Amino acid sequence: MRTIEQTTQEILELAAKQFKVPAGSLAPGDDFYKKLGIDSLQALEMLSRLENHFKIELPDYEVQGVNDFKTLAERIQARL
Amino acid sequence: MLDLRKYHSIGEALRDALETWPTEICLIESDRGEEKLRLTYDNFKNRAQPLAKALQELGIVPGDRVSVIMTNQSKWLISAYAVFFCGATLVPLDFKLKAEEQWQLLKHCGAKTLITEYGIWRQLAASPGRASARNLQAILATEAPENADLDGALRWEQTRGALPPVFTPQKRHDVASIVYSSGTGGTPKGCMMTHENYLEQCTALTSLYPFWPGVRYLSILPTNHAIDFMVGFFGPFTCGAAVVHLRTLRPEYVREAFSKYKITYVSVVPLVLKNLQKGLQARFDELPQSKRKALAAVRKINRMLTRDRPRLWLSRKLLKQVHSAFGGKLEAIIVGGAFTEPQTLQFFYDLGIPVANGYGLTEAGTAVTVNDLKPFRADTVGKPLPGMEIGIRNQDADGIGEVTIRSKTVMSGYLHEPGLTAETIVDGWLHTGDMGRFDSSGHLQLFGRKKNMIVTEEGKNVYAEDIEQAFDGLKVKEFCVFAANYIWPQRTMVNEKLLLVIHLEPGQVFSDELAAEISVRNSRLTNYKRVHGLVLYHEDFPLTASLKIKRGELAQHLGKLDREPSILPI
Repeated sequence: MRTIEQTTQEILELAAKQFKVPAGSLAPGDDFYKKLGIDSLQALEMLSRLENHFKIELPDYEVQGVNDFKTLAERIQARL
Repeated sequence: MLDLRKYHSIGEALRDALETWPTEICLIESDRGEEKLRLTYDNFKNRAQPLAKALQELGIVPGDRVSVIMTNQSKWLISAYAVFFCGATLVPLDFKLKAEEQWQLLKHCGAKTLITEYGIWRQLAASPGRASARNLQAILATEAPENADLDGALRWEQTRGALPPVFTPQKRHDVASIVYSSGTGGTPKGCMMTHENYLEQCTALTSLYPFWPGVRYLSILPTNHAIDFMVGFFGPFTCGAAVVHLRTLRPEYVREAFSKYKITYVSVVPLVLKNLQKGLQARFDELPQSKRKALAAVRKINRMLTRDRPRLWLSRKLLKQVHSAFGGKLEAIIVGGAFTEPQTLQFFYDLGIPVANGYGLTEAGTAVTVNDLKPFRADTVGKPLPGMEIGIRNQDADGIGEVTIRSKTVMSGYLHEPGLTAETIVDGWLHTGDMGRFDSSGHLQLFGRKKNMIVTEEGKNVYAEDIEQAFDGLKVKEFCVFAANYIWPQRTMVNEKLLLVIHLEPGQVFSDELAAEISVRNSRLTNYKRVHGLVLYHEDFPLTASLKIKRGELAQHLGKLDREPSILPI
């Protein structure tokens, strides 16, 4: 079982890879819309990749209003 | 299609629709590519009637308000049908709002019952806002796990009356629905829509874009949104058509749904349309040069052959692969909620996919003008729909003025806001705050807004004043939020931004701490409500006798500054 720190780290790495930003430039507290410069549809694409990576299903309502990696990691961790 | 002129209410028309097409499919529900549900109109009736009876047994009487907060799914429509059957008023709320915002609106509308999903209810129940909405007497939550603690809610699946419900007639001018067009930070703007508003709107829209049994409408926009309520529920149902719901709106499942269900119509906001365009363009760019050239030539031929009107059968043959990706049955993409850039519309039209672009607002019952595609005009929002009178008030030398609307689709007013209603509807004319003019062929063109608000590409109306609460207590002398185009009118509907204008205390410097404080508060706002820039203003704000900011006057002063150098990043 992953720790929340590991989950967070994996999310940051996947997001960095997907949106082609330097690995290590993202932090847990970052607002991913702002930091990655993405819109809500791109955020959904990121969720799809995270679901595949962690092999979980995140209902849409679970991620409504989530803007930062830390909260996203908590929601994912709860489903691991 | 039912002849809606003879009906008095939504409930009455829907009741007849269920009797008219009992064996036609009305709903398909899919989750992550797997079909979960398929209902005929008769199946729908069998699920909705016991719920209507249960609502009556819970004491719901005509005029009571029942709110629905759900993602797009079959139970949304089943619940709404039951509400209308009882003669109650539906209050559809956005499931994407934060729990405290939902509570604020539930309190504002005085809802007696809430129908929601268990996941949403868990978040609502945990929110402190719950204590203030004492008006709420019953909560129905669906999809709760077997042993879940429902925290005072009833299970939707078990809320069933044994006997048939009694249909409660309504009059055309009774309020059918309260639709919040915006405002959870300041003044909630709850548009009171009458049964007549919906009946007339549906008749007007379907005269141009008809539905029929066999049509499949893909419902992606939230159904609480006026557009999806009309074209993703009331419109298809009164024509015997089917609505397809996807429980998980990930791009890959949306793409798959087009071909799997042979979708006929879909409604999207401009952001989604632009994204689709980007995706298609990226695919075209990946083609070998020879194929790219061939595609460009075919698009040119298609454009030439569809200059005067769409010829779908021809476009489907010419651009077979593109059309197959959309299922091969797509009649049109309906785009609404915000302004769409002409080049995006043209992109799709050249591929033989007409985009029904129009103009409307919740207050006017969804759409007021729609492009009839005869011929396609990417530079306008189309001609007025049947039954809509559109005026252009206080025209300038170029013929541009405020767009005003008079029609049977205009709301009866804003809930609890008689003053705001009187300002907005004057002598029967709805003042939209949007600036426009008609061209020589009777098409409406838009040129910006008169109101201090923005509409995002996702179709969200954001009133600048509503954002100010997020900055309450900021350690400056005074501050105010403006739409940039309100300060510096641009004669455009694009590039809309919100700005925070601050006036520092005498001797105060704009410190890093203050910048960080603004940034943190801004990031707490839902992403589409955030301010994009900061303006430092060095004079006292003009105030009224009761110490309120004279926004119009302040905007005029600010307008004398140069736009771009004055806006600092946040």
